[in-house]
Amino acid sequence: MINKTVSNVSEACKGIADGMTFMLGGFGLSGIPENAIAELVRQDVKNVTCISNNAGIDNFGLGLLLQKHQIKKMISSYVGENAEFERQMLSGELEVELIPQGTLAQRCLAAQSGIPAFYTPAGYGTEVGEGKESREFNGKMYLMEKAFEADFAFVKAWKGDEAGNLIFKGTARNFNPNMCGAAKITVAEVEELVPAGELDPNQIHIPGIFVQRIFQGVNYEKRIEQLTVRKR
Amino acid sequence: MALSKEQIAQRIAKEVKDGYFVNLGIGIPTLVANFVRNDIEVDFQSENGILGMGPFPFEGEEDPDLINAGKQTITALPGASFFDSAMSFSMIRGQHVDLTILGAMEVSQNGDIANWKIPGKMVKGMGGAMDLVASAENIIVAMMHTNRAGESKVLKQCSLPLTGVNCVKKIVSNLAVLEVKDGSFKLLERAPGVSVEEIIAATEGDLIVEGEIPEMSF
Repeated sequence: MINKTVSNVSEACKGIADGMTFMLGGFGLSGIPENAIAELVRQDVKNVTCISNNAGIDNFGLGLLLQKHQIKKMISSYVGENAEFERQMLSGELEVELIPQGTLAQRCLAAQSGIPAFYTPAGYGTEVGEGKESREFNGKMYLMEKAFEADFAFVKAWKGDEAGNLIFKGTARNFNPNMCGAAKITVAEVEELVPAGELDPNQIHIPGIFVQRIFQGVNYEKRIEQLTVRKR
Repeated sequence: MALSKEQIAQRIAKEVKDGYFVNLGIGIPTLVANFVRNDIEVDFQSENGILGMGPFPFEGEEDPDLINAGKQTITALPGASFFDSAMSFSMIRGQHVDLTILGAMEVSQNGDIANWKIPGKMVKGMGGAMDLVASAENIIVAMMHTNRAGESKVLKQCSLPLTGVNCVKKIVSNLAVLEVKDGSFKLLERAPGVSVEEIIAATEGDLIVEGEIPEMSF
């Protein structure tokens, strides 16, 4: 068994530098790599490009990096709910590339699986398709979209083992599995890190081959963005 | 009387058939789930990664790892499944989801839809809307027929940036049920008490009116 364990988040983030491109898992605040984000803030890397479905809220998630002006460019599908984001975008400090959610996921998957480009109908005939190659298949038009290229992928899983095998929970899974192995180095943080052999191989969502470093995360807040309940 | 948002949702719910997998957008479409008949089996998909979405949790039972595409806390019904984002959009682009219901700012008579961006205003992003409209076989749009100034949103050509082209098949507005076919709108039903003339006046695009137009039933 090849051991992927590192002792903490600082060790896991070794090698991050200004100007790099990072992938970050999560949908809204669900399943975001909270520990890695805190470390990016602590190390104060600048001019980074972030590939993430959303951009957090003002005081949590990627909003923490925005507060410190660490992000040069965001590649996302939806960026509402963040006043500082809006300010930086409108003032031109922050570059934003909005792409369809399924295209974002598939560009991660393409990078993970060694597919340089693919065709999707999403965005054809809209401004998303401007400047992109389009092609007809079976009477329908498609856009060519390319695999992402990223330096680090930061993902969050529920459970993981020393071999880097990962299991996700609920809808916190989202983009996390698609980003594993889609960057030069994949860093996984988990709520529960167990010795090899403790996870049932039948239940593994992402095999450890896609993960270079894994560590036991700490102090998860797991904030809820829109608390909605019904009366008993 | 023009329909309320709830009544639009109630009318759309009649289009939801037994055995359908359905994706509901944010806003009026979300309300559709409240009006689906109890005697049919329908599974709701939320594109952030759940099939078999249930109602909101009881107070104290909310789980931050269990939300819908609107980031609201939800529950999972028996038979539900979770999956990653790429697989979620495989369900959508692969046309495994039977029906997509979403809102619109404008629809044109060739089925183009605009619902993600207003120039000059803060753009929040298209989320999954472009994937959904580009792929679904069956798209129903829930919308107001006119804007607050009384101008038609059912147009010859959209003026706002598009979300997708040639994709809308049916519109349920506060005034009418329209079919989008062969480059024009066809009036199928009118809201109770709303006249054909009122609908014609509120529709900028070409509108085909054939024979008696029945009132909607719910």
